[in-house]
Amino acid sequence: MDRKVIFEAVDLKINAIADNGTDIPIVKGVNFKVREGEVVALIGESGSGKTTIALSSLGYFKPGLQCVGGEARLLGRDLTKMSNEDLRKIRGERVAYLAQSAAATFNPSLRINEQVTESAVIHGSKTKEEALSYAKALYKRLDLPDPENIGERYPHQVSGGQLQRLMAAMALVSDPTLLVLDEPTTALDVTTQIEVLKAFKKVIKEQKAAAIYVTHDLAVVAQIADRIIVLYNGSIQEKGPANSVIDTPKHPYTDRLMKAVRPLPKDTAELRDRTTKKILKNSLSVKDVLAGYGGITNGVPKITVLEDINVEIGKGEVVGVIGESGSGKSTLARVISGLLPSAEGHVSLFDSTLPPNLRKRSRDQLRRIQFVYQMADTALNPRHTIERIVGRPLEFYHGMKGEKRKRRLIELLEMVELPKEFISRYPEELSGGQKQRISLARALAAEPEIILCDEVTSALDSIVGSNVIKLLRKLQKNLDVSYVFISHDLSTIASFADRIVVMYNGKIMEQGPVHEVLSPPSHPYTELLISSIPELRVGWLEEADTKIQKAKEKMQ
Amino acid sequence: MPGDAAQIRLGQNADEDSLRAFRAELGLDKPLYYQYLNWLFNFVQGDFGMSLSSDYPTIQLIRDRYENTLVVSLLTAAIGIPISVSLGIIAAMFPGTIYDRILTLGSVTLVAAPEFFTATLLVLFFVFFLDIGSAVVVGGIEGKNIFQLLAHFWLPVMTLCFVIASQLIRMTRAAVLNVMSSPYIEMAILKGIPRSRIVIRHALLNSIGPIVNIIALNLAYLVTGVIVVEVYFGYSGLATLIVQGVQTRDFILIQALGMIFCCTYVILMIIADVAAIVSNPRLRHPK
Repeated sequence: MDRKVIFEAVDLKINAIADNGTDIPIVKGVNFKVREGEVVALIGESGSGKTTIALSSLGYFKPGLQCVGGEARLLGRDLTKMSNEDLRKIRGERVAYLAQSAAATFNPSLRINEQVTESAVIHGSKTKEEALSYAKALYKRLDLPDPENIGERYPHQVSGGQLQRLMAAMALVSDPTLLVLDEPTTALDVTTQIEVLKAFKKVIKEQKAAAIYVTHDLAVVAQIADRIIVLYNGSIQEKGPANSVIDTPKHPYTDRLMKAVRPLPKDTAELRDRTTKKILKNSLSVKDVLAGYGGITNGVPKITVLEDINVEIGKGEVVGVIGESGSGKSTLARVISGLLPSAEGHVSLFDSTLPPNLRKRSRDQLRRIQFVYQMADTALNPRHTIERIVGRPLEFYHGMKGEKRKRRLIELLEMVELPKEFISRYPEELSGGQKQRISLARALAAEPEIILCDEVTSALDSIVGSNVIKLLRKLQKNLDVSYVFISHDLSTIASFADRIVVMYNGKIMEQGPVHEVLSPPSHPYTELLISSIPELRVGWLEEADTKIQKAKEKMQ
Repeated sequence: MPGDAAQIRLGQNADEDSLRAFRAELGLDKPLYYQYLNWLFNFVQGDFGMSLSSDYPTIQLIRDRYENTLVVSLLTAAIGIPISVSLGIIAAMFPGTIYDRILTLGSVTLVAAPEFFTATLLVLFFVFFLDIGSAVVVGGIEGKNIFQLLAHFWLPVMTLCFVIASQLIRMTRAAVLNVMSSPYIEMAILKGIPRSRIVIRHALLNSIGPIVNIIALNLAYLVTGVIVVEVYFGYSGLATLIVQGVQTRDFILIQALGMIFCCTYVILMIIADVAAIVSNPRLRHPK
């Protein structure tokens, strides 16, 4: 405990300044210390103030936010009272920031090398040549391919995972004393996340830097943090060493956070019990589908996304589709719904073949397949009331009007566990979870046989997300609908689906009942996915590494 | 357009026979599409046709006037564009400051003011109040060097500078500010990059596309749309020529000028688009 204190927040208070003078407190008096060589994790859901607190260690407050009390001390100096010019000298030099989306934080018009070395050169700690050779050494340590030349490229010419590591190089180039990492792996696929996590951990250790790690993902925190601070609504709920917070959470909120983490079920026998329910009738089948984008010549689209796809979905069954970004899982949903007509093969519903194009499907065929999207924000018209949004399918498919429509509307809101007062509200007055429930109510209004759920919980916080899953399960039991549940999160699927379809590169790698797919021996790619999911315990990262290498070798 | 060139040239009292004969001589008796296609065919071969109202080749009428327009446009562009673009960038560097407010207010006022009003104010102030120079452009431009030309055209050039500045300042400011709110600018701030470098190296590079587009539009205006200024200061340029063409129903002249204006516009827009592509590495270096 006698290590040097790098950063200290003392009764830090930050408000959002509103135009009408009523300020909203965002951070309500927070105290914590970060010592040399220590990784402190700030965890909490969106709106808990974790990013705001992290940015205060750079003396930066987003537009509209203001520090109204307390101190943020970096190496003993209070950042909240410093001039912009003094702050500029510290930023990028003593303390460096890594943002969530590297794709957005790299300037699209400048070469990577310039952006990586810029900060060190401007602060005068390194010459241009020194900074460049140091950057190349960092690229190498971060396991980037072709470290000599990768920096010559523009940001759009490297992959997302590579860009995330290049951003780490950008932060590390001036050997900062404190690193601030804001959800640096959230936007990545599990298999990429593990690479990036490994690289971060290695570099933090070698640099002996202190770090503030902001995330909502407890399993990731367990791999990288020494100490954990749990935030809720702008104040600290619990803090302590990583081990003890994870193993014996003291605060009820921490406990709830932990429960929202759905580990992959260990016991496949229990899974078998759940998933061996008899499927009497197939409701939907996808046969030999080939689909893609661009003009179709000789029956083959310009860019083939899906190939050789065969899936059967039983009545009342939940089929989970798993895969990384770019694997074609959303495209599959678009083919089923008819938004993207397939080039070959067909989709049939209860033995009658559906026209590939949605425009050619009858109203009743359209009614039976409904879509729920990832981003409820963009899927709901912001200028329409909930009544209009949910009422539209009632009118369109069932011809309901007036009192009858209103009664049914209230029923639907009850089904998705929302109060009937919501009927006259606009989407922006609702929270993320509530908006997703409205999307679901809109899909249910059509009384469909199949609901396509495309990453419906991915944009939600873990607790809110698991409540939505609970609701989906309840509805499925009551209404006997089938779900095609698309997700990149294997744990969510495993906790919910009856069958799993594993997709990679536009093809189905493996499919079957959950217990069969998840119990060994599985397909090498499934194995890679399974072993890449962070487990909620310290030391998992090191163990997983060997397993992942093995799975990768098998894939080749 | 009511009436035709023959009617205008022969006057109200001309009898039907001589009108018909004169129309045949000018080729006005042929169907319209034939007249146009015939002219177009000659035009692409470099023959701009004979003016209907004066028996001179159109090319000669244009040659006599284009120099004035070109000189005024070039002088205005050379002075007005660099000043306005830099003022716009400086306004974007310090948004919300007094300097920014004054500039925004000034340019909004100027946008609202029509050219003849700006010109009148300038004449009132400089010519009548300070007693400098004269209110009209007198004499020709033969054999004058650039400074003499500037002295010759200083009032129209200044008027036009004000007109294009008002637009350019506001649009440049908006284009740069739009980029300034993106996440990579926030990142640059958090990397401790000085504000001037953020604007010039990080933001400006990404706003070149829209800025070049606005510049091209303004250049096109300088060539084609300065009729009020030409008439006001009493020198004859291409814009006055096209008005004369309309008055005398000389649509061969109108077509030729119209075609020249269109080509200028298209060429400037192509240059702007090429510049936007060159400044964007995503288009220059595909994946």
